[in-house]
Amino acid sequence: MSHAINIAKVHKNYGNLHALAGIDFQIPQGSFFGLLGPNGAGKSTLINTIAGLTYASTGTVEVMGYDVRSQWRQARKSLGVVPQELVYDSFFSVIEVLRLQSGYFGYGRENYPWLDELLDILSLTDKANASMQNLSGGMKRRALIAQALVHRPPVIVLDEPTAGVDVELRKMLWEFTKRLHNEGHTIVLTTHYLEEAEALCEQIAILNHGQLIALDKTQTLLGRYPYRLLRLSLSLDFTLPTLPEALQSKVQSFELGELVLRLHREQDPICGVLECLRAANIPFLDLRTEEPGLEEVFMQLTSDREILS
Amino acid sequence: MNWRGFYTLFAKEVWRFLKVTTQTIFAPVLTVLLYLLVFASVLSEHVQVYPGVTYASFLIPGLIMMSIIQNAFANSSSSLFQSKMTGNLVFTLLAPLSDLEFFLAFVAASVIRGIVVGLGVLVAAMWFAPLTMHSFWILLGFTVLSSATLGALGVIAGLWAEKWDHVAAFQNFVILPLSFLSGVFYSVNNLPPFWQQLSHFNPFFYMIDGFRYGFFGLADSSIGLSFFVVSLSLIAMSVLCLWLLRIGYHLRN
Ligand SMILES: Nc1ncnc2c1ncn2[C@@H]1O[C@H](COP(=O)(O)OP(=O)(O)OP(=O)(O)O)[C@@H](O)[C@H]1O
Ligand SMILES: [Mg+2]
Repeated sequence: MSHAINIAKVHKNYGNLHALAGIDFQIPQGSFFGLLGPNGAGKSTLINTIAGLTYASTGTVEVMGYDVRSQWRQARKSLGVVPQELVYDSFFSVIEVLRLQSGYFGYGRENYPWLDELLDILSLTDKANASMQNLSGGMKRRALIAQALVHRPPVIVLDEPTAGVDVELRKMLWEFTKRLHNEGHTIVLTTHYLEEAEALCEQIAILNHGQLIALDKTQTLLGRYPYRLLRLSLSLDFTLPTLPEALQSKVQSFELGELVLRLHREQDPICGVLECLRAANIPFLDLRTEEPGLEEVFMQLTSDREILS
Repeated sequence: MNWRGFYTLFAKEVWRFLKVTTQTIFAPVLTVLLYLLVFASVLSEHVQVYPGVTYASFLIPGLIMMSIIQNAFANSSSSLFQSKMTGNLVFTLLAPLSDLEFFLAFVAASVIRGIVVGLGVLVAAMWFAPLTMHSFWILLGFTVLSSATLGALGVIAGLWAEKWDHVAAFQNFVILPLSFLSGVFYSVNNLPPFWQQLSHFNPFFYMIDGFRYGFFGLADSSIGLSFFVVSLSLIAMSVLCLWLLRIGYHLRN
């Protein structure tokens, strides 16, 4: 049972829509796992299936070895989920919400010190008695995180925790999730910020149209992309059509005199490109090479699929 | 059984309606007082249903039970629907609470709301007309059974509804007509035969009839039959409700 989460042949249909089309993978215990994919890829649906908030049409999911349908009590105790939407009960204050949630899990007063500690870690102590509806968006997000952790679950799932939060809070959330990870928790995170996944996640799964299109160590995934980028500053009178035929297919973007070429590591040596530019009499003011980020890998993988389907 | 989890959810549901007592307790009491004022004062000289019982006295038990019915239903249906709509129900669904624990917590909170509103109406109405108490246990029994039945029905409505409109429709087209046409304002024995027959298919009629028996020792139907029908309604609603929770109807799909 070394898997924190085991997803086996999961399908989920909403009417005719195949939101999850045969998802099958494992998340190792103690890992920091990223779940990526464009809008509507099925990330939240997968998370809801893991959490037992939706039932899979077919297939099974286990959390810490417990089947989420047949051993739901243990499975739910093992899992903490921070939902994507900012949902809260406007009737109650922050501390009341935490105490209620802790009670649902069967804890009483003996758990109150942990709840106070959670408020402290998430800098919510001075808002403990404020009504949920009077918190700012960022505070609500932190309160939801605290709510997901009242029962100290070994596996923590965060569905886009950093969507729409400011830089400072994002940094704080990064530190916080890293700390949880160091303490031995398994962290599963979805995000649209690829640099976030790159910075935090050891392993990444990419979902598109309800299918798993990549699953690998973050470094391997980046390495699998055999391209690098060449960024050239050109004079302002340069226009794209004057670029030699041989380079046209390598253009990634051209904006405000900045031309970005996507070059294959082996097949497109940089000196060849420079040669080509000189021959066409195109002067450049500056040049810089860049290693690809997840952004590029991601775009490539999702667009490959688009072409195939 | 996760008793603490059950108790917490139950306490939360009670706490929720106690946070808005104006709407959940005082408003229904006021409504009943208005009914009493209008009907009892206008009709008291013309109507006598049971010998030795004034019309106002006759009216009060029915009005109390009607408030219990409507409020027990409103408690579970609106609370469940609201947290379903705002989405914070996910936190309850993520917790290790069984369908039974979930069900019992909502139903028990509805019973408490029923009792509190019932007592409120009783205390307010006592000033209008003399009341006798034939049996405390029958009163308590019918209060608990009826509010539990409506609590369960409220959970069903809360699950089924997908907009506030649906909750309101359930309220206005099911609960309200059935509670009005159940002999609150009259004895069904005074109705034309057809309507009399029809009333005997309305479970609310037995709730009110049994409850009234608890006050006067007199009723339209036999107390045994009333007890049987109300218990059966509770069992039917509970079974249906637990089944819906089990399949995750409009909840986990
Ligand atoms: N309850 C539902 N009923 C019908 N369709 C749904 C439901 N929930 C999700 N879907 C559909 O399933 C697909 C996947 O949605 P999902 O929310 O899982 O995407 P996502 O990857 O989380 O996207 P995002 O990045 O925008 O959060 C979408 O097409 C969505 O419309
Ligand atoms: Mg999502």
